[in-house]
Amino acid sequence: MKPLTHVHSRTVVLPHENIDTDRIIPARFLTTTQREGLGKALFNDWRYRTDGSADADFALNQPAALGCEILVAGRNFGCGSSREHAPWALLDFGIRAVLSSEIADIFRGNALKNGLLAVVLSEGEHRYLLEHPGIELSIDIERGFIELPDGGRFTFELEPFARHCLLSGVDQLGFLLQHETDIANFEMRNAA
Amino acid sequence: MSARTLLDKIWDAHVVRDETASTPAILYVDLHLVHEVTSPQAFTELRQRGLRVRQPQRTLATFDHSTPTLPADAAGKRPYVSLEAESQVAQLEINTREFGVELQGWGSAHRGIVHVIGPELGATQPGMTIVCGDSHTSTHGAFGALAFGIGTTEVGHVLATQCLLQRKPKSFAITVTGKLQPGVTAKDLVLHIIGTVGVNGGTGYVFEYRGGTIEALSMEERMTVCNMSIEAGARAGLIAPDATTFAYLRGRARVPQGAAFDAAVAQWSTFKTDAGARFDHEVQIDAAKIRPSVTYGTHPGMVMALDASIPAAANAQEKRALNYMRLEAGKALAGTPVDIVFLGSCTNSRLSDLRAAADVLRGRKVAQRVRMLVVPGSEQIKRDAESEGLHEIFRAAGAEWREAGCSMCLGMNGDIGQPGQLVVSTSNRNFEGRQGPGVRTVLASPLVAAASAIAGHIADPRELLAEAAA
Repeated sequence: MKPLTHVHSRTVVLPHENIDTDRIIPARFLTTTQREGLGKALFNDWRYRTDGSADADFALNQPAALGCEILVAGRNFGCGSSREHAPWALLDFGIRAVLSSEIADIFRGNALKNGLLAVVLSEGEHRYLLEHPGIELSIDIERGFIELPDGGRFTFELEPFARHCLLSGVDQLGFLLQHETDIANFEMRNAA
Repeated sequence: MSARTLLDKIWDAHVVRDETASTPAILYVDLHLVHEVTSPQAFTELRQRGLRVRQPQRTLATFDHSTPTLPADAAGKRPYVSLEAESQVAQLEINTREFGVELQGWGSAHRGIVHVIGPELGATQPGMTIVCGDSHTSTHGAFGALAFGIGTTEVGHVLATQCLLQRKPKSFAITVTGKLQPGVTAKDLVLHIIGTVGVNGGTGYVFEYRGGTIEALSMEERMTVCNMSIEAGARAGLIAPDATTFAYLRGRARVPQGAAFDAAVAQWSTFKTDAGARFDHEVQIDAAKIRPSVTYGTHPGMVMALDASIPAAANAQEKRALNYMRLEAGKALAGTPVDIVFLGSCTNSRLSDLRAAADVLRGRKVAQRVRMLVVPGSEQIKRDAESEGLHEIFRAAGAEWREAGCSMCLGMNGDIGQPGQLVVSTSNRNFEGRQGPGVRTVLASPLVAAASAIAGHIADPRELLAEAAA
């Protein structure tokens, strides 16, 4: 995992509440055995009509969304299944940060483990971002704030370990493997 | 020691390293269930790093999601939806062989939906920590096991270290009292709970279902309830083990036998919330007031009593959901024409679910306009149902009797509806497009599903049950 310290981009906004992981990537695209290449299936059933043509009305299909790395989504983003294909698809598409007023537990954990920043904001801050699509944001992960175009700042908190892993590009398996002795001792204690 | 909740007790017994301000706890995993969809990338990671599976005997694999539910042809060829689906299943066969993990695969007497076979084999036991790359791992909480879904990266962590990095979740007591009325099932109960708590009300929490109504439920009913905890945002749902739990487990393949079983029961019996223990959040539910319940929108929190009128949209999202469902607020939902009825999934594919639906269908016909799929949760359930003749009842009624698997619950194996079709489904998610692009899903109990199949429209099973009783 590459270190992630800043995300600087315009936002693309999907205001819908409860965007579930089936919406982010439908189950029929999960037969892959790879992590890569899932961006083309991201939000498939919103991006494409049943005849395969792109739906020009959908936010991610609009020219303004091109190159956007920050997704602002309605409350309770990522609910539903535990499929890690959801953050993989977002990352492969080019999204580096998801901002919402609430993010489902499993999705948030999966996102952070893959270097996808998942930030929960207050209702008021969230509403401001929903109402101002396409604004330029600068996210400073180390210092924990999002800078707005007018210089205003929204602060945020991340679970300290996830934050450390994002900033240093460390993956969590390495940390677990370092505690092999603790694990072996636990197994010995409980084997009796 | 101060009074502890069931969650506290299981948690404390599995902490390898305490959490600190800067690091989560290292939590030991007793049982790791693995399926074909969320594991291949984790095995690849192990291979790339030169790691082995730390505890193969704590790891149990099966395939269920990408598998066809139509049988193999005479040449043994299975009708996979795609070559990719077939190779995903084959990859699990390769991975389990290479890493020495047990696989309940084709030809095994115990293949099936991962959350059905764990309990069926007695691999799921009270006081355990159980994980799987699947959000409906919450099902196993019915046995008083802390069981939750994880992502593929974490599947790799557990394969390699038998541990996870976790912050302790908060506790949420859902106390249910009162008697469920005739025709009202565990599915109606959990749909009602999700409707009450909300689709995100459980985020950050582990539920503990308590109270006389919960204690009166069978193990299969408890699994239905715990299964849908995630639909309210809670990663896990717990029910304290009791005599019902122990009676279910006694004699199963993977539980201790004889005197060792009694010793296990003594230990399992300690896994209950102490009197005076505090929960972070609590709600009370009156079971006697619950009517047969169904969803009418595009998330499992949009729940209504079947005999009520469709609620008005409270916001833009609910308005959008009603548009998608082609339903109108203020009108009755009962009577809405049905195209497909799906009886199955880790929520409602167990023998008691099949019996309940068969009781309604016996001597009756599925309506001309309706296609009904009956998909048992496991090979074992399929055999048991066939030995009771349930498959004959389903077939005589005009329903399709399929091979075990997840099937139409998530429509990954090609079992899907056509755009615009309405499915009455005993599964757990009614998200837009979950059962095929443009497909409209109404979540319901096996009784409502069977009654709707016969009527050809969404129907209240209490009328048919009253008829049968008369």
